[in-house]
Amino acid sequence: MKKELLKFLVFLVIVMAAPLAFKGGYLLNVLVFVGINTMLAIALNLLLGYAGQISLGHAGFFGLGAYLSGIMTATYGWNPWLVMPLAALIVGILAFMIGFPVLKLKGHYLAMATLGLGIIIYIVFNETVDLTGGPSGLSGIPNLTIAGTTFDTDLKNYYLIWSFTSVIVFLAVNLARSRVGRALRAIHDSEVAAQVLGVNARIIKIQIFALSAAISSLAGSLYAHTMTFISPASFGFNFSVELLTMVVIGGLGSIYGSFFGAVLLTLLPEFLREAQDYDIVIYGALLMAMVMFMPGGLVRGIPALFNRFIKPAGKGNGHA
Amino acid sequence: MQFDQILQYTLSGLSTGAIYALIGIGFSIIYNSTGIINFAQGEFVMLGGMLTLFFMGPLKLPLWAAIPCAVLISTLTGIVFERFAIRPLRQPTPINLVIITIGGSILMRGLAMLLWGKDTQSLPPFSGDEPIAIGGATILPQHIWILGITLVIIAINKLYFYHTISGKAMRACAYNRRAAGLVGIDVRRMVMFSFMISSAMGAVAGIIVAPLTMTAYDVGVMLGLKGFCAAIIGGMSSGAATVVGGLILGVLESLGAGLVSSGYKDAIAFIILLLILFIRPQGLFGKADSERV
Amino acid sequence: MLEVAGITQIFGGVTALEDVSFVAKKGDITGVIGPNGAGKTTLFNIVSGIYKQTSGSVHLEGKQVTGLPPERLARLGMVRTFQNIELFGSMTVMENVMVGMHTKSSSGILACSFLMPWSIGEERRIRDGAMKWLDFVGITGEADVTAGNLPFGKGRLLEIARALAVEPRLILMDEPAAGLNSQETLALASLIQRIRALGITVVLVEHDMELVMDICDRIVVLNLGRKLAEGTPREIQENPEVIAAYLGEG
Ligand SMILES: Nc1ncnc2c1ncn2[C@@H]1O[C@H](COP(=O)(O)OP(=O)(O)OP(=O)(O)O)[C@@H](O)[C@H]1O
Ligand SMILES: [Mg+2]
Repeated sequence: MKKELLKFLVFLVIVMAAPLAFKGGYLLNVLVFVGINTMLAIALNLLLGYAGQISLGHAGFFGLGAYLSGIMTATYGWNPWLVMPLAALIVGILAFMIGFPVLKLKGHYLAMATLGLGIIIYIVFNETVDLTGGPSGLSGIPNLTIAGTTFDTDLKNYYLIWSFTSVIVFLAVNLARSRVGRALRAIHDSEVAAQVLGVNARIIKIQIFALSAAISSLAGSLYAHTMTFISPASFGFNFSVELLTMVVIGGLGSIYGSFFGAVLLTLLPEFLREAQDYDIVIYGALLMAMVMFMPGGLVRGIPALFNRFIKPAGKGNGHA
Repeated sequence: MQFDQILQYTLSGLSTGAIYALIGIGFSIIYNSTGIINFAQGEFVMLGGMLTLFFMGPLKLPLWAAIPCAVLISTLTGIVFERFAIRPLRQPTPINLVIITIGGSILMRGLAMLLWGKDTQSLPPFSGDEPIAIGGATILPQHIWILGITLVIIAINKLYFYHTISGKAMRACAYNRRAAGLVGIDVRRMVMFSFMISSAMGAVAGIIVAPLTMTAYDVGVMLGLKGFCAAIIGGMSSGAATVVGGLILGVLESLGAGLVSSGYKDAIAFIILLLILFIRPQGLFGKADSERV
Repeated sequence: MLEVAGITQIFGGVTALEDVSFVAKKGDITGVIGPNGAGKTTLFNIVSGIYKQTSGSVHLEGKQVTGLPPERLARLGMVRTFQNIELFGSMTVMENVMVGMHTKSSSGILACSFLMPWSIGEERRIRDGAMKWLDFVGITGEADVTAGNLPFGKGRLLEIARALAVEPRLILMDEPAAGLNSQETLALASLIQRIRALGITVVLVEHDMELVMDICDRIVVLNLGRKLAEGTPREIQENPEVIAAYLGEG
């Protein structure tokens, strides 16, 4: 308990201090996206890493949040702060209902079904031109404001997004360590044993699917308001795979792992600027290499490597 | 909505459907012998088309020589993928398998992009592009090639699975891997065979469709998914049911695109996919099966 | 306590169970024995709601529970263990048992995420309860070990502790002695008797005849999916049909 709190405080300090290191540089803008991706990776991890249920369609929920917020505020002039939770609620309920048939499926079939779902949502974004602006996108989405302050600079957005992200991290860590988190992991390890002990696997899976979709929707709303412009290209299958990569690289079933995964994968393309086209090759290679050589992700793999090769020198044993 | 129009859409739907069928059978063969859904299946389709172009363009081979070379290289890629990515996997859980085959698919796609660029290119038709009239509709010679080659491949498949020792061994593996191993079948080799056959079939599908639809480094994703959809309709059978699944899908898609809206064309396949998964996960023609605990 | 009537189960063409009926009396230890493939595990899978039988009914404490899902049955007081132990391998021994307390707690997703005071109190209660059951089966020393790394014998005990944490009135055990050495089997026998002493009815599938004859009050014999005999251990031992079935099997 105390250890968890300490970890969270360290995380918080790092997050709050990071902008000092990148005074106003454009990297700060990238860090805003790291925050959004962290939320998304955590959302997916709750489903994949804890409950053991794969989704290849999370970009769709992310997009739904973004478009609901975008359309209601830009086109209809609603208050962004009102739309945001409303969108999360709608997407959550939608996922809850879809969850009934979808989560009956397992393994590869579940992967394909969620993938199909994501692609259908993506196609709808492209085709409902009157609402979404189609492939050319939706612009004019207002920045968020609180008490007269408009979040229109990278620095302001940084703190805005990371406040949300930190809250999500805190809640997710609590959830993971709770009765519900245990039930999810139990389902992951042996669904039938969990059921025999009285865990209603079906409902819990559906609930966590809905929660995961709602968090993704929230991230989408925040994305829409910081970018002020959205287009379907950000919400396609490739982004779902990118999220999956973040979760796997960071470590399935580790909340801070998702944070590391999001940091790594969001920053990676920035460091590969000159070799833009290589990033897809690197994603692919990274995904394969992780599953083959470090199936526990960085948060477990690095300490393991450390223990194996450097342990005689030190005695630290970081666990996230 | 005239009869001729419907006939036209149906005819062109049948040839795309044949492609989906070939890809779908590739999915099923691997699934039946290993329990893996190979998310990289579509990339072999892409490789078929792109490699043929590569052998014809920079290497200046004639079409008839480029095709076998392309199929050969794709097949080798399939074998390498199985041997060096799938087989060494220490924890072959479904999630890990999904992830590694997705990783493989991205890697192949990325390498293809680096090697051959992002341009969409087209392969010359096998025998001209003089339309042939059938009733009030027309089809291209390439359509006939597609249907013909698909038929031949399916026939070869049938012969292989039912009339050769290794084909029968593969069927035994599909039925019960454990038992097959116990009676002395080299299951690992059969797994490799299954990757070999399905990557070859994928490549052929990619080659014969390329003159009609063009090809590019990223065509594998959609074609692969549609092929999977065909296999699901067919209940993951590696025979007739999946062929019918592919044809149904191709025709529905073509009719839907022509008569309803072309923008939602790709959505049709996925809606069918979801409906089948939700309502009849055992496929349109299969019987329900109970799972063991 | 448990009343099974006319259970038939057909898999494809194979008849795994045919018209099997028996009653397990409250407070008894009832043994279910039979050669390999007799249908014992299938019977448990049906009674515990994992399979849907082709026909037949199950009553628990006089209440019709046919076809209820396992999680409902757990809340009605029935749990089971598995022939091939089904532990939560990535979780600690302690956490495994804590999952067993699932039905005895109720904090939902929101309460847990927001660390509501009552959910914190509940968590403490779950931990204490789990500790009690670890102590009962005697593996408190392994509380923080990852269940997947547990030696086989202790894994069996953990599975039992986890099932007891549900506070069942009926426990079905599928070959709890399989894979145990003779010393562990002895300890298991006394553990099962202590479980009965808690007022929990036990139904036991087991191949270890000595154990079965020792601790069971009544025995049901299955062979090739049919009930061959039923009676006290002595009656069963002297039943010529049972002897023939076992000898026939080799
Ligand atoms: N899901 C299933 N599908 C098809 N057949 C099954 C299934 N489950 C069990 N069977 C068959 O039912 C029969 C009874 O199996 P069961 O596992 O119940 O036997 P058992 O008495 O528990 O044997 P053992 O002592 O070896 O554990 C066997 O022939 C088995 O192959
Ligand atoms: Mg058994």
